[in-house]
Parts: sequence; structure tokens; C-alpha cells
Amino acid sequence: MTKNKNWAKIYLFVVFILLYTPIAYLIYYSFNEAGTMNQFSGFTLEHYAALAEDSRLLIIALDTIRVALLSALIATVIGTFGAIGIYFSRRRQTKNLLLSLNNILLVSPDVIIGASFLLLFTLVGFQLGFYSVLLSHIAFSIPIVVLMVLPRLEEMNGNMITAARDLGANHFQVLKEIILPSITPGILAGYFMAFTYSIDDFAVTFFVTGNGFATLSVEIYSRARQGVSLEINALSTILFLAAFSLVAGYYFIQQQRTRHKLAHMDPTNHEKAVTP
Amino acid sequence: MTRQRKLLSIPYYLWIVLFVVFPVLLLLVQSFRGLDGSFTLTNIQTYFTSQVYLTMTMQSFLYAFLITVLTLAISYPAAYFLTQTKHKQLWLLVLILPTWMNILLKAYAFIGILSQTGFVNQLLETIGIGAQQLLFTRLSFLIVATYIEIPFMLLPVFNAIDEIDGSMVLASRDLGANEWQTFRSVIFPISLSGVRSGIQAVFIPSLSLFMLTRLIAGNRVITLGTAIEQNFLVTQNWGMGSTMGIILILIMFAVMYVTRKRRKGVPGR
Repeated sequence: MTKNKNWAKIYLFVVFILLYTPIAYLIYYSFNEAGTMNQFSGFTLEHYAALAEDSRLLIIALDTIRVALLSALIATVIGTFGAIGIYFSRRRQTKNLLLSLNNILLVSPDVIIGASFLLLFTLVGFQLGFYSVLLSHIAFSIPIVVLMVLPRLEEMNGNMITAARDLGANHFQVLKEIILPSITPGILAGYFMAFTYSIDDFAVTFFVTGNGFATLSVEIYSRARQGVSLEINALSTILFLAAFSLVAGYYFIQQQRTRHKLAHMDPTNHEKAVTP
Repeated sequence: MTRQRKLLSIPYYLWIVLFVVFPVLLLLVQSFRGLDGSFTLTNIQTYFTSQVYLTMTMQSFLYAFLITVLTLAISYPAAYFLTQTKHKQLWLLVLILPTWMNILLKAYAFIGILSQTGFVNQLLETIGIGAQQLLFTRLSFLIVATYIEIPFMLLPVFNAIDEIDGSMVLASRDLGANEWQTFRSVIFPISLSGVRSGIQAVFIPSLSLFMLTRLIAGNRVITLGTAIEQNFLVTQNWGMGSTMGIILILIMFAVMYVTRKRRKGVPGR
């Protein structure tokens, strides 16, 4: 039994090493004086200095963040109300149809989404650039928001809405006082996922970006095709640290939230237990 | 009574029509268009009669299959062992954290690692095998694609195993099954639902990893995704690109059908 446990630990450790080697490799060589990714000749920060002066890359980085923040925000709003719409749809068939349509973009390969959006933008004569990228990112982020919000709606106690209505609340009040507070964790998770989807996306953006606008992924792709440049390594160190702190922060917020919930008794628990 | 609420959901329904249904229809229509824009069946005809396209599709399928098998072989034990650790959620997070690293940066890292004088070749030198051409080969594509897809298999398999009721495992042990028997007849059959979603999450994207075939495989591997990108963005033959897009969608549905959720099939339930 203990022998098995040791093997398990060794296996996990090996997988861990495998998964982190490329990232460590990138970061290690970002400090390389020689300017290549195989012979380490001495420590330098010059690639970071070059990165800081690369105004083209900085503008692209800001654009990428701008697209991600905006698209995640809009997708979260649309997706949340979409989930509420699905939740309240009366017929089971309608609900299933809506859910299947919702999931199409989640399972579709990126090239299909990219190619079909390119067809769409060309057909309606939409200029390719910032707005086509933004619209595409909103479009592929909406379904993930719905998937994050919907389970929270299903968990919500439906009697609360009836009770609120009985007590004279109007639609807006029901939404603001009952529905939105109970699904807030789902909305936050949805926003977070949408944000990371947008930051990470390459293929869809590559199709709909046109000539004048680029996101970091597209820029990294075109630079990487030209060969090794340690500026990219420096950039990846920074992006990894950013992603790491974002995910770690999100994880601890979630942890705290669950602890919080346990500390304060959920006032609807009793009612849930009573409900048949 | 629900009118106001419906108003708020309108953008969502608009999204379904504009960005889900309509683009697929456009792709379908485009696949019946020739280079001059006229209605034609040539694209489909060319596709099904051309040895090049059919071989490419088969190869793409084979690569996706290999990538899926490799990721499953690596991720399943990892997921199983993870469920047995203390602080398993934290360790899971640690293992899937590389997913948040931009995919192109990870691919770019392998350009260094697999290069002529890179890390792997230095290692091979030291143990006496000698340097090999690794970058721009089919093998390098398999390695990098597997690396990138591992977390997408790990996560659903982990969730499936983690959701297994602990009392079922205890019951199995009580009834005299040893660890291996418990694994084989209790844990493994139940975890198959996670394996199915893992296959979905790995196989379908693996058909379309065009950036890897360009960066890592040096165009030695042409997947369906590469061919679609080539037709849309390089040769501007949107009709042919759309035809292959439709083929890719059909394969996607086939994969989803094969790996669909099953109600029965869990023995002993």
C-alpha cells in the first residue's frame, strides 16, 4: 500500500516535470546573453529591456487586454440573461434545443469558428479589425458563461421567486434581489473563463483579424515563424507570472468563498430541506 | 408576465441566430461555390475523388487518434493518483495551470527544446545516441500536440473519478476485492464517462491544430485544420475550404455520437 503511494507520487512528479519543462525552459533562456535558446552564456536582462522599448508589442499587449476585458464583460451580460432565459423556458424540448445550440461553438474546432465568422463578416461587409475580433471573442465566450451560470440557477430555490412575487416584488426586484445574488459566483466564474478564453485564443483571431490589428497570440505566431527571438522568451516570463497570479488569486477567492459559506448558515437551507 | 424577462434574453437569442446558426449555413452554402462564385458541386467531387485530400483526411484522423491515445495513457494514471492525494484540488490546479499559458508560447518553447542543439539533443548526445533531427518531423508534432492536450484529458477524467462515491470503493473492499479488482470493476467503469468527455475535448481540436503543423512540423503534417486555413487565408479558395469545414463538422458529430453520454453500461448498478 505505501509502496503504491510512492509510485503514485513519483508518477505525478514526472508528469509535473513534463508539463513545466517547456515553461521553465522559456523563462531560463530569457536571461541568456547569447541570444539563442540552447547555449547559456551569461545572465542578462537586455531582452527585458528590449521588450520594454518595443512599443509595437506594448500596444498589441494593451489591445489584447482591452479585447479580453470588453469581450468578457459583454459576453457575461448576454450569457447571464441567456442562461436565465434557458432556465425559465417552460418546455423541456425548447430547453434542450437551446442548450444544444449553446454548446455548438464550445465543441467546434477553432478553424471552423474562424472560417465561418470570416464568411459572415465578409458577407455583411464588416471591416476586419478591432471590432471583428471583439465580436468574435464575445461570440465564442457566451456559451461558456451560460454553462457557468446555469448550474447556479438550477441550484437556486425556485420558491424564493414565488415568495418574492407574493410579497409584491416586480420583475426587476425579483431579478435584482433574488436571482442575481444567488448566481453571482457563477457569473464571476463565467467572466473569468471568458477572459482567459479571449486572452488565449489564436485560431479564431487569426482568421478575423485582417491586416491592421493584432493580438499577442497572432503577433507571437508571426514572430515565432521567423525564428527564435529571446524577446518572446522575456514576454512569456511576464505572461506566465500574470497568468499564475490571476489563477492563484481566483483560486483563493473561490476557497475563501466556500469557507465563508460554511461559516454563515445559508438562510435558504431550511426551506430547501422542506421542499419535496 | 415574462415579457420583460424575455426582452433581456433577446441579445442571447440574436447571438444564437447570428453567430451559431447563420455561420454554419454560410459555410454550407460556400461549400457549393466554385472559385468564380457560381453554384457547383465540383468541390465535393474534387474532395472525394482526389487521392491527396482523402489521404490527408485519413492522416489527420490518424494523428488525432494517436494524440488522443497518448494523452489518455499519460493523463489517466495521473488523474487516478491525483484523486488519492491530500489537497487534490490544489494539485489538480498545479497540473492544469500550464493551460493558461498561451499555446503559441508553449509551441515556441519546443522550437528551442527540440532544435538541433537543443535540450533533448544535448541529452541524447550525453547518453551516447547522438543528435537527431527532431524539429520539423511528424514525431515532434505528436509530442507537442500531446503536451498541449494533456490537461484537457486530465480534467474530465479527474472529475469523473473524484465523483465516485467513496462508500462504493469501501463496499468493494469489504466484499473481498483487492485494490486492482476494485479498480477494474468499480472505478474504471464509472470513470469511463470522464474518458468520453476527455476524448471529445482532445480528439476534435487535434484535427485542427494548424499552428502546430506550421511551427513545429514544418508542414510535414497536414491536418484538416491546416488545409482549411490554407484554403481560406493563403490560396483564397473559400469553396474548397468550406467543403473541408463541413467534412470536419461531420467528423465532429460522429465523434460526439460515439462518445455520447450513456445511461446504462455501468455494470453492477
